[in-house]
Formats: sequence, structure tokens, C-alpha cells
Amino acid sequence: MRQGEISLVGLLALFSLYLMWKSTELPIGYIRGQGPGGGFWPFWLACGMLLSCLASAWNWWRGLSPASRSDEPLMDAFGWRTLLYVGGSVVAFVALISIVSMYGAVAAFLFYYLRFLGRHSWFLTLTISILLPIGLFFFFEAVMLISMPQGMSFTQPVFDLMYDIIY
Amino acid sequence: MKLTKRLFLALAASTTIATLPIAAFADGWQPKRPIDFTIMAGAGGGADQIARFIQSVVEANDLTNRPLIPTNRGGGSGAESLLHLKDARDPDHTLLVTLNSFYTTPIRQEALGVDIETFTPIIMMGVDPFVLWVHKDSGITTFEDFVTKVKEMDGEFVMGGTGTGQEDSIVIAYMSGAYDLKIKYIPYDGGGAVAKDLAGKQIMATVNNPSEAKGFYESGDFVPLLAFSDERMDAYPDVPTLKEKGHDFSYYNQRAIVGAPGMSDEAAAYYREVFGKVYDSEKWQGYLVSESLSPLIMDEAETRAYWSRQVQNHRQLLSEMSN
Amino acid sequence: MEVISFLADGILLALEPINFALIILGVTVGLFIGAMPGLGSVNGVAILLPITFLVPPNSAIIFLAAIYYGAMYGGAISSVTLGIPGASTAVATTFDGRPLALQGRASLALVTAALASFVGGTVANVLFTLFAPVLASTALSFGPPEIFALMLLAFATFVGLGGDDIPKTVFSICLGLVLAAVGFDTISGEPRLVLFEIDGFMRGIGFIVLAIGVYGIGEMLWTIEQTRGEVTTTNPKMTAKGMASDAKEAMQRGWKGTTIGSLIGFFVGILPAAGATPGSLMSYGVAKMMSKTPEDYGNGSPDGVAAPEAANNSASTGSMLPMLTLGIPGSPTTAILLGGMVIWGLTPGPRLFLDETEFVWGLIGSFYISNIAALVINLAFIPLFVWMLRMPFTILAPLIFVLSIIGGFAASRSMHDLWLIVIFGIAAFFLRKFDYPLAPAVLAIVLGPIAEPTLRQSLLLSSGDPMIFFNRPIAGPITIVAIILILLPGLKFLRRKRAMAKN
Repeated sequence: MRQGEISLVGLLALFSLYLMWKSTELPIGYIRGQGPGGGFWPFWLACGMLLSCLASAWNWWRGLSPASRSDEPLMDAFGWRTLLYVGGSVVAFVALISIVSMYGAVAAFLFYYLRFLGRHSWFLTLTISILLPIGLFFFFEAVMLISMPQGMSFTQPVFDLMYDIIY
Repeated sequence: MKLTKRLFLALAASTTIATLPIAAFADGWQPKRPIDFTIMAGAGGGADQIARFIQSVVEANDLTNRPLIPTNRGGGSGAESLLHLKDARDPDHTLLVTLNSFYTTPIRQEALGVDIETFTPIIMMGVDPFVLWVHKDSGITTFEDFVTKVKEMDGEFVMGGTGTGQEDSIVIAYMSGAYDLKIKYIPYDGGGAVAKDLAGKQIMATVNNPSEAKGFYESGDFVPLLAFSDERMDAYPDVPTLKEKGHDFSYYNQRAIVGAPGMSDEAAAYYREVFGKVYDSEKWQGYLVSESLSPLIMDEAETRAYWSRQVQNHRQLLSEMSN
Repeated sequence: MEVISFLADGILLALEPINFALIILGVTVGLFIGAMPGLGSVNGVAILLPITFLVPPNSAIIFLAAIYYGAMYGGAISSVTLGIPGASTAVATTFDGRPLALQGRASLALVTAALASFVGGTVANVLFTLFAPVLASTALSFGPPEIFALMLLAFATFVGLGGDDIPKTVFSICLGLVLAAVGFDTISGEPRLVLFEIDGFMRGIGFIVLAIGVYGIGEMLWTIEQTRGEVTTTNPKMTAKGMASDAKEAMQRGWKGTTIGSLIGFFVGILPAAGATPGSLMSYGVAKMMSKTPEDYGNGSPDGVAAPEAANNSASTGSMLPMLTLGIPGSPTTAILLGGMVIWGLTPGPRLFLDETEFVWGLIGSFYISNIAALVINLAFIPLFVWMLRMPFTILAPLIFVLSIIGGFAASRSMHDLWLIVIFGIAAFFLRKFDYPLAPAVLAIVLGPIAEPTLRQSLLLSSGDPMIFFNRPIAGPITIVAIILILLPGLKFLRRKRAMAKN
């Protein structure tokens, strides 16, 4: 935990520096007669982020935050594994959208989660992971008139068929 | 097993029947998918209002066999929607409702790499003129009064608008140049907010489309001083134009629909027919009159010529502004 | 008492069979759209706009306003059951609604939200009916300096909201405000902070992207990691008797928040540039400040649910006021409603109230009816939402992820924003591990886009002189109160230190 905190503070400080640098593309000063320039607001607030990181680092040095006094690891093996399985599956979910369309990705994600993480029965897994995407399709495309991403071109015939049905 | 096989066959048969009529009886190209109807501005602005009006007319008269899906992509002063069209994955089903940031944004943000002349002209639904407005309590009744007042205040006269590089700022910049006026310009994030702060007398004058100021004009709060149109407007016959004052300048906001680059000729022809019907509809003709839009009917070649003229004009106006 | 007879006519019009049927339908549709994270009243109203060509304008606007009302009620449902604020107006509802749901009191939270919404809506309706024209002219006297002062006040009411770690709270606020500046600078008309030169940032970072990332993804990951995947929420089955006792408890423990929320919400809501979101946030802040037990806030206080919910309903009704009396939209939804009026051939503006009395009062009458309908329908559906929470967590969790992602896309229509949601979610998980409070960042990204432009517009008006915030009759007092509130915790802290030094 102790190492983790200072690493995070360091990363955030770097990010603040990047934001400050990026803000300087527009004037960051107080323009006479006009008030602050376009970069003023983000620059000085990013500066505030940096300063609060420094304050956090000072607190860490003095051991004031709970994390800085803790010898425990950030997460145990189980925690990391959970994060990998759950967080990783969300990342994979979003990555899949561009390949097999939103609905395909929803089906794949639900299938994986319910079957392998939730250990539910095949019946329940398949029912939810097939019916929910279809339900969502009708809700978004037919009722709400919102087109979801359709993935790569091989999904097109399926969508065209569905559109013939709903319109 | 037998059951599922039979079910499958039945499903296949029913879908064939469902698809047949469209395939067999359609004359020419028909959209196969919902039509991406991107709006170059946020929800609630003039462009948005027009897009939703058009969508309503299309829907009410059942003019297309697939729905128009209005989507606001106003980010980066329209840059977001231009990029969306440029990289459209299905150009035959991607349309854009534009305003003049269609011309100005690619000029102001060259890094986008958008060349609007590659886009596909569909239809010009009308052009929206600009008018100079003041509040009735200001006591200003003519454009000459306005010029005297602005000069008197020497840089303290406050006007509101929708931002540097936007339509109204171009008009204000031209007017200031022509009459040697010093104006304090406050940018807002939409025409509605500008009109509201003129009504609340937070600012002293605006250049707004008539549609945005009409309500306050009818209640007598706003006074129109000058129109930036080619001829006097029917709705404001007593308001002189800048042209009459001896300056060869007019400026309109375009209300046009364009297609993505690379749209097929058949698809473009289909949309021209659909929106042509909308244009001719009683509803739209009524809208043109009530919101003081001017018609500007052009075919494809004329539109392309118009575009390149507009790009040149705007390049010049914007470079004069930054000097 | 001309007003009363107009109102009576309006209510009768709203009770005509077709209009009444449309109200019931509209409220129900709105309730479910509002309950979906990512979808809100804007979506509902926009989609149904074309349908309204088929009915007369009076019925059409009544229908659309019913959807609007339904969606306002629905926003709380997503905040309580999923823990994701579905709309920016429901952010503050998560602060106490979510803890209540986790304690197995989801039904109490939902009932409180429904009742508070009803009271808020009713108070706003009455104020609206009696004082519309006067209030409209007051709203106009709020220019950029006044709005900025108000934003300052909104921040001030939230000073005590963050965690105990001051640097981390400050970091969170600044982060939210900087993220709000990403995209495009309206004042100079230049692209700004297009991070890593990725074009997707040109559209800016929406509130909903951060909120879904933090609450939808980050919070879920954290819960799963903390509980090792064995979350047990013990929300008991709903019974009529249970609901009645919840209602009683909601009234006892939420009346104060409701009162504060109804009033603050309405007055902030009628200001076109401010609207329902700052209204609900300020109500939460003020309710906490005035509470005898502020430590309950954030841990499941019914007052903490009631204040923002009463406020956002009250404010939404309030934001109809500038639309009807002046033709000025107070929110994206009212902007679309205004577009609808143009489609029906009406001219929004100050004359509307005088020229189209039947239309205007029909709409106002329908507010009263919609509000009652929304309460009844909402209460009727609460058992369904509580039942959802009774699902095993291994089913509920993937559903929340799916709703977060698909709702995130529906709100933003961009893959870029979906990736941002995932990145924010994972970042929020680690920040949460090290006690960074994230609510301040979410508040900041909501208020930042109002605060920054109004600050700069004001300074342009005054040629760079900051005194503009002090020497205007309305802005001045608000600014001074805000500054005192911001400094107050610091002063208390110093006094405590001095007292400690003495001992």
C-alpha cells in the first residue's frame, strides 16, 4: 500500500504536468482589458492538481494517510485475479464492439460473465445472453431510434435482416 | 431436432417473404439501414430545430422506408461532425444538417484535413438571414443612431454573439470594419443565450437570425435596425439592408443537407427526391415564411460552384477578421 | 382571481380522455427512459417529437411534458438501484440513495425519492401558477456575473462534501474542472486540450462519461474486489404494508430535505443558464449544512435523498417558466420542446402567454396531473425495481456493466467515449483504493462548463475588473455569501487549533 500510494501520486503529478503543458497552447495569463485567456482556467487548475499531489506526497512522507502506514500489499493474488477477470472482461467487451457489433459484444460478455465468473447453469446463461441483446436491439433501434455500432462488415447481413423485420 | 429444423425453415421462409416486397417493387435505390442524420450543432439550436422539423415531416408522411436518426455532434464547433462524415463507414446512409461552420471550421482548424468540396450536395433547404437587434429601452431606433451611439461609447458598447469565427461574429467584424466601430464582443454558447441576455439588457445589441429574436420582436422588446440580406425582408419591410447603405455585403446562414463523401449517385438521387418532397410540403413552405428563411434552389453543379465560392469568401472574411 | 379560472380550464383540458391517456402513457415511458443510465428526458422527448404530428398541439405538448416528468422521477431509480446517476440532475441522489440500497433499504430510498419529487413538483407548480410573469423578469436580470456567483455558491455548499484528506479532495475538484475544459474554448473559438492529439477529445468530456466510468465501472470493480464477489444485499421483498411504513418513515425523516429542495430547486431552476443540476446539488449541500446530524449525509440519510430529488423536480418545472414566458430554453429538453412549438406553428416568446392562453394553461394544468400520475405510477413500479436488486449479484453485476456500456454509447454515440468510460472506471478503482473522493470530480465536471464561460464573459464585460462580482446588486451578495461559506471550514479549523493549543 505504501509504495502504491506514492507511485499513484507520482503518476497523477505527471498527468498534471502534462495538462499544464497542454494548456499553454492557449494564453494562460490575464489579458489586460479582457480577463483570463483560453488556457488560464485549465493551466492554473492543473497547477492546483500538481500542488495537491505535492501535499499528498508530504502527507505520505510524514505517514499521515492510512495507506502510507500500511505494510499490506495493494491487493492479494485473489484481488488482482478478480480485477483481471472482471476488469479485463469489460475491456474485452468494448474491444469486441468494433468487431462483432454492440449486440454481439453484449452477448459474448454476458455469456462469459454468467458462465465462467457466475457459474450459472447453461440454461440461464444462454437464455440471458441471447434474449437480452435481442431485447436491447428492439429497445434501442426500434423504440429509441438510436443506432448502435455494427462492428465489421460481416455483421451487416444480420443487421439488414433485423431492420427488415422491425421497420 | 425435428422441431427446431422445422422452426428454422419457417423462420427463413417468413423472413424471405418479409424481404421480398421491398426488393421486388422498389424502383431504384432504397436505404437498407437507418439513416444517420447528423446535426452539426448541439440540441436546441437553429440547426437542431430544423433537423427535427425535417425529420418530423419525413416521419409524418412516411417518405423513407428506414428512419432518419438525428444525432447531435456539435463538438469543436462542428469539427466532430465533419470528421464523422469524412470517415463515414457507410456513406450511402450518412447525412449532415449543416450551418456555416461547414465552411468556417475546416478553414479555422486546418489540422482536421477536411475538404468539404468532397462532400455530396443533397439539397439547400433555405438560407437564414441575419439582422441587427437592439433592446427597445436603449432608445436606438435607426442604424445611424446605433453608429453614433457606438462611437460615443468608444469601445464600451457591448454586443453578444455565438463566438469568434461564428456567423454573427463575421457579420459584426465586417460592420465594425466598414463603419470604424469599436465593439466589445461577448461570446455565448448559442443563439438562444444571446437573445436572452439582450432581453435582460446584459448586452446592448446582437446579430441574430430572425427566428431566434422573433418572439421578442413581436412583444416589442427588440428593435431591428439593419438586415444583412440582399433585399429587404418581407417580415421587416421597414428595415434597411446594409447593401442600401452602400456596402456590398450580405450574409446568410445556410440550412443545407449534405451527404458523406463517396455517397453513390443513386443514393444521392434518392435523398434529393425525399428532401425535395419535404421542401415542397406545405409544412416546410410555411416554416420558410414564419421563420423568415429565403429560398435558394440549386442543382448539384450549382451547389458545388456555390460551395467553392463560399469557401473563398469565408477564407477572405476570416483572414480580414484576424488582422 | 383570473389565474384560478385559467388554471381550472387547463386542468379540465388535461383531464380530457385523450390527454389523460397521453399523460399516463407519457409518464410511464418517461419513467423507464429516465431509469436507463445514459438516457434521459432529452432522448424521450426528441424521439416522440415526430409522433406528435398526429395529435393536436395541446395534446402533443401535454404528452411531451408528461415524458419529461416521468423521466425526472426515473432518474432517481438508476441512482438508487444501479448506483449510477442516469442524468446529471440525479448525481446527488446517489450520495445517499446508494448507501440506503446497500443497507437493504432501497425501497425506503425509492419511496422517499418519489414523495420528495411529488412535493417538489407541486410546490413548483403552485409558485409557477401564481408568479410566472414576475419570476420571468427576475430570471432575466441574471447575467453572466450572477450565474458565476451562483456557481461559486454551489461549490461553497459542497466544501464539506469531500473526504477527510484535504489535498486529495482538492485534487479531485481540480481534476473535474480541468476535464470540463477539454475540447473547445467557446470564448476564443479555438480547440483546447485535445489530449494526446486524439480527435475524439474535440467533443469534450461529458458529465455522463465520467459518471458512468466512476459509478458504473469503478464502483462495481471496487465492490467486487472488496467483497470477493460475494455481495449480499438483503433488500426484503416489497409488501403494501412495508411500503406504507416506508412512506411514513420517508415523511418523518425526509421532510426537511424536501422543503429545502423544493424551494432552492425552483429558484435556481428558473434561471435559464443554471437549471436543475446546480439546483439539486445546492439543495443537497444546503440541507446538509442545516442538518443537526450532517454526519448521516453520505451514509444513507433520507433527507439526503429527498433534498436533491425534490429540487430536481421542482427545478425542472421551474425551467419550463423561461420557456413559456420568454421563449428561452432552460435546458436541452426544453429547447427541444420549444422546437416542437415552432413545428406546431406557435411562436415562443413573451407573447405566448397572452396569445395562446389555452395552450399555455393546458400545459400548466397538465403539470399538476402529470405530477400526480408520475407519483402513482412510480410507486406502483417500485417493487419491480427492488426485485431487480434481489437478483444474485453475479447476474446483477454483468447487467450493470452492460447497461453502463450500452447506456454510455446511447448518451454519447461515440466509441471514443466508451473507451474513456473504461479508462475512467479503472482509474477510479485505483483512486478509490487510496481514498481519493471522486464525487467532487463529478460535481466539478457538471458545474465547470457553466462556471468558466460565465467567469470569462463577466470579465470581458468589465474589461477585466473582478469587482464586477461584488458591485452588482444581485451578484454582490451571492458572491460574498459564497466566499464566507468557503472560508468557514478554514476558520473553524483555526479556532479549533487555537483552542487545542490553549489546552
